[in-house]
Amino acid sequence: MNNDARQSNVQSIDARALWQQEFDAAKKRGIEFTSLSGAPLQPLYGPEDVQGEFESQLGYPGSFPYTRGVHPTMYRSRLWTMRQFAGFGSARQTNERFKFLLAHGQTGLSTAFDFPTLMGYDSDHAHSLGEVGQVGVAISSLADMEVLMGGIPMAEVSTSMTINGPAPILLAFYIACGERQGVDPKLLRGTVQNDILKEYQAQHAWLIPAEPALRMITDVMGHCAKHVPQWNTISISGYHIREAGSTAAQELAFTLANGMEYVRRGKAAGLDVDEFAPRLSFFFDSHLDFFEEIAKFRAARRIWARKLRDTFGAKDPRSWMVRFHTQTAGVSLTAQQPENNIVRTAFEALAAVLGGTQSLHTNSMDETLSLPTEKAVKIALRTQQVIAEEIEVAHVIDPLGGSYYVEALTNRLEAEAERYFAEIERRGGVVAATEQGYIQKEIHRSAIAYQAAVERGSKKVVGVNCYVEDEKGPTIELHKIDPAVEREQQQRLAELRRKRDAAKAKRALDDIRDACKGQDNLLERFIAAAHADCTLGEIADVLRAEFGHYKEPKIL
Amino acid sequence: MTLRKIRVLVGKPGLDGHDRGAKTVASALRDYGMEVIYTGLHQTPEAIAEIAAQEDVDVVGLSILSGAHMALFPRVRAELVKRGMGHVLLTGGGIIPQDDMQALESGGYAKLFGPGTPTEAIAKWIQGEMEKRWKAEGAQS
Repeated sequence: MNNDARQSNVQSIDARALWQQEFDAAKKRGIEFTSLSGAPLQPLYGPEDVQGEFESQLGYPGSFPYTRGVHPTMYRSRLWTMRQFAGFGSARQTNERFKFLLAHGQTGLSTAFDFPTLMGYDSDHAHSLGEVGQVGVAISSLADMEVLMGGIPMAEVSTSMTINGPAPILLAFYIACGERQGVDPKLLRGTVQNDILKEYQAQHAWLIPAEPALRMITDVMGHCAKHVPQWNTISISGYHIREAGSTAAQELAFTLANGMEYVRRGKAAGLDVDEFAPRLSFFFDSHLDFFEEIAKFRAARRIWARKLRDTFGAKDPRSWMVRFHTQTAGVSLTAQQPENNIVRTAFEALAAVLGGTQSLHTNSMDETLSLPTEKAVKIALRTQQVIAEEIEVAHVIDPLGGSYYVEALTNRLEAEAERYFAEIERRGGVVAATEQGYIQKEIHRSAIAYQAAVERGSKKVVGVNCYVEDEKGPTIELHKIDPAVEREQQQRLAELRRKRDAAKAKRALDDIRDACKGQDNLLERFIAAAHADCTLGEIADVLRAEFGHYKEPKIL
Repeated sequence: MTLRKIRVLVGKPGLDGHDRGAKTVASALRDYGMEVIYTGLHQTPEAIAEIAAQEDVDVVGLSILSGAHMALFPRVRAELVKRGMGHVLLTGGGIIPQDDMQALESGGYAKLFGPGTPTEAIAKWIQGEMEKRWKAEGAQS
């Protein structure tokens, strides 16, 4: 060090001490200065808070460890995909909403299914009573899927399907639907969520126990690697873990732990990691703590790249990359003063973009009250378009890279995730940790800690525990589901069962039963059953009969 | 003044998997000194009423975020009545539009609680209602 440099170093140490003195002496607001996840925050971050070499911790966009983004050009080549999650009522109604969204500049589809579909029951099952078409679209057969995708060019549009327990069955309907439209499965692009581990942990729409469910997932990975190569076979999801109450670090850790389990299972099934890992994608929440969320996305990319290359021996860089979809945080929205939700969503969406997301859903302001109206959905989509087109943030890659604060947060989240990985390992892996209820208890603990913080006023929610207004009645228009949808679905199913070739349908179901007992690829059998007009519930019943039901561990 | 511990069943009817609210409320009511039984997910109205009868609870709270509230509240009540449990305080919450809430409340259901309600408000309301009932019972006997 030369004299000048030494001199300036001494000055900066003095300057820091001076700032610290002034800071300590000053009066502070009497609140807890913590992140949304409850982690204490320093008032200032500096070079001393950031360890690590630039090359090994950050690198360049499009190169290992991808902290700064998975593409060398990021949004200079292509903006993120604006993908609004939609689905309600009948296949016909959702098909109309899809066309509305495409007409307003949306660039990909995302399907929400109703609870009966998510749980593998037909619309006419006793358990489905009152639930058909309520929180998503009812799809019980290939015929329903054909109505859903009617007039939409399946070779051109990418479609995401949020379904897990019966995901391989719905994927079979989609592939078969493409075949009926004359589209080669090789051309189909999209994602099926198919992340069963987080269902047991957080979202709770399951079909069968973990081991056979994981076998179905490896069957999907195996089939798609050969026949549907552009399909993302699992969207490893932190969204529901976070919405169930986890912290940012827990979302990051449990999601990546689940992802690593799928990689282990794929390898154990004899697949080459580089054959299936490039088709794994991720799905994260973007919550209200702006910087913590950006750091979470950056940490996810870095951790996954290291694990896939160094632990799992992947050689193809595409296997190392976290490509992810983001949805803004539904739980951050309030039923009180619902228009304020537009603002919350905009900040969350901005964090996702600054964190380098590949696609984005922005929630509508009315979603704590009902499914969104067209007007509310349009405002949500326009929010993304304002971010993309007006505020000039998409021109610079990883614009917060090098911020002492964001880098320190990224490092901290990575370290917290590593501590969870070690604990999960100690418990015998992620399946064992889930069956013990450990992960569910961790999420629950965070959820009640947050609720307590809101109730004692240390976390503020505008319109709920501060700036409260006396509100009488709904202040905005709401979307209602027509109860006739349930009757129409029941009639459609009765007609389908009457018209189909009964012997062919029975044979297809018998073939599935045989495959359950043996090793044959189940997805192939589901595609054949789709073409034979077997229903979702019939196929799921075979699986439930062969593999049993999942029982949730008691945690409360 | 509470004479004995209030017994509460927190139930998740239907196929809805959203249990953050149910579990948060269940934990909070325990902290307020109530005995709380949580049914777990995906329960039929019959199963919920059966547990309520077996456990002889004072209160049944249903958490519904599936949009099926207009179907499920009446079914749970009918099953409770069938088992001689028509007297329980039936309440709940979830994603329920305000006019549906009003329709349920004017149809004789107990108060429903929407998103953002402090757990303290739910606990105080239950305590208040139970005290009124116990006072009325005391006056009769």
